[in-house]
Amino acid sequence: MPEEHFSPMASVSGGQASAAPVADVWPTLGVPFLLRNPRDLGPLARHLRRQVLLTIAAANSGHPGGSLSAVEIMTALYFCLMRHDPRNPHWPDRDRFVLSKGHCTPILYSVLAECGYFPREELATFRRINSRLQGHAHIMAPGVDASTGSLGQGLSFGVGAALAGRLERKNYRVYVLLGDGECDEGQVWEAAMSAAHYRLDNLIAIVDRNRIQNDRFTDEVMELEPLADKWRAFRWNTLEVDGHNIEQVLGALKAAPQEKGRPTVIIAHTVKGKGVSFMENNPDFHGRAPTPTELERALKELEGVG
Amino acid sequence: MVATASSREAYGKALVELGREFPNIVVLGGDLNKSTFTTLFAQEHPERFFDFGPAEQNILGVAAGLAMSGKIPFVSTFVVFGTSRAYDQLRVSVAQPHLNVKLVLTHAGILTGEDGMSAQGIEDLALMCALPGFTVVVPADAAETVHAVRAAAETQGPFYVRLSRPATPLVHGDTGCSFRIGKAEVLRDGRDATIVACGSMVATALEAAQTLQSEGVGCRVINMHTLAPLDEEAVVRAAEETGALVTAEEHYVHGGLGSLVAQTLALHHPTPLEMVALHGYAESGKPELLLEKYGLTAPYVAQAARRVLRRKG
Repeated sequence: MPEEHFSPMASVSGGQASAAPVADVWPTLGVPFLLRNPRDLGPLARHLRRQVLLTIAAANSGHPGGSLSAVEIMTALYFCLMRHDPRNPHWPDRDRFVLSKGHCTPILYSVLAECGYFPREELATFRRINSRLQGHAHIMAPGVDASTGSLGQGLSFGVGAALAGRLERKNYRVYVLLGDGECDEGQVWEAAMSAAHYRLDNLIAIVDRNRIQNDRFTDEVMELEPLADKWRAFRWNTLEVDGHNIEQVLGALKAAPQEKGRPTVIIAHTVKGKGVSFMENNPDFHGRAPTPTELERALKELEGVG
Repeated sequence: MVATASSREAYGKALVELGREFPNIVVLGGDLNKSTFTTLFAQEHPERFFDFGPAEQNILGVAAGLAMSGKIPFVSTFVVFGTSRAYDQLRVSVAQPHLNVKLVLTHAGILTGEDGMSAQGIEDLALMCALPGFTVVVPADAAETVHAVRAAAETQGPFYVRLSRPATPLVHGDTGCSFRIGKAEVLRDGRDATIVACGSMVATALEAAQTLQSEGVGCRVINMHTLAPLDEEAVVRAAEETGALVTAEEHYVHGGLGSLVAQTLALHHPTPLEMVALHGYAESGKPELLLEKYGLTAPYVAQAARRVLRRKG
């Protein structure tokens, strides 16, 4: 894909808090929403990172860190793997996606817009009054299957959707993206136990292991390790990948359904704020919008990467 | 001797029937399935029954996932576990997306008895009425329970049905009951005062009205089986026509039937009102002794009616 498709933002910098429609400055990518070759996903992932930042900047509110850490995971799911149809969001045979870490809507909405669930320009309404794009995920947005936002609830929803699929003899799969800090919630482990008990091999959880939660590093707030062993002890097929290596992420996602009789969890080791030097590994960017200067710097950095 | 029947047993049997009629019904339990009588459904439709153990937060989330996929999940456990224990899940996973989840919970109020205050759900009506979009129904007896559960299956959207542990008096005689969601039932007419009751207190209200009748006081008795949406018209009509109201519920005085009626009256037709309800947590004991100690028997309801009549002016 030609590089110029990805750099229409010059006019945006500094204007993120304005209420003016940004249709004229919103990036256009024009990719088909299904890409079979993971090698094509690099530029797309970079585009999505910019879109995440612009979306948050337009709202002057939102969660950049955990959105940026999940870019490759979301890209692999929506552009390579999941069976879904943006023209028919309620297609009964679609694969389901649950954003259990419901605050990371900037990456979810960016991906959904890019797929064509709603116009890209609508991203500029994120968190604003009368928008379908709520701060935390809600089913009023086309393509959003589960309302979330209170941590720990998405995996249970996934168990229900997976049970329904089995009852209906459908072969759709259910993907649930969890935060690592979210694993502090007891309900995650209630759900994990029940998914193994009901042998839900159509359920795949992905933990975005970016090692930072709201206040601080996860190790400081609540020790999670040995995290993989915990999932293994709950009788899940447990895989670990570099969550920014799309081929590794895809490989694990594709391997998951081969595992019969038990659910799979992929612990994706990631960097919070990935792609923007001053956001990387910085707890400050869990839940705040960049300033105009920071946005400009971030967009510039993202232009330079290949 | 008044005939009694177990509402939860009636529920369990009704659910088996509904299961035959509605192939999309699935039932979720939390290791209390013998008590909620959902074991009957499990025997008849094992492939559609799922036990999750006592993990109510997970159960409500699973129910949401099933509902979003076109199933009609019935969740049954005790009132305390299915409401307060899983409240955030009810709020975010069920009520906010307005999913088709049915919560039929047993062991409401102090009739739960010997298990004591931790097991006695006395805040659930306040909690459930505070969730926008939830239908909240408290059947007066076993016959009405069957209708309410059918209505739950036939109605799109989140639905709560509150049931007692022990068998309770049958208030619907041979005429049967004419249950309609949100449409209060006048069980007895009168012109001097109105007693608005729900659940097990409907029979108590009828008993009180009988006593008052012998004193020359004519009491209307309204079975307010649906708390949300409340039949405000029936409340206002009672206020206009009888000029004095008493509410009777086996629930904490804040946030339940009394509060809803008071709100309706304050907004539309200010009228003297007395509330018969619990004023705090209770304790272990036999249900009938608890009702007596905590002021929820017919003489207390009749006394409240006499009080409100004095305020009527």
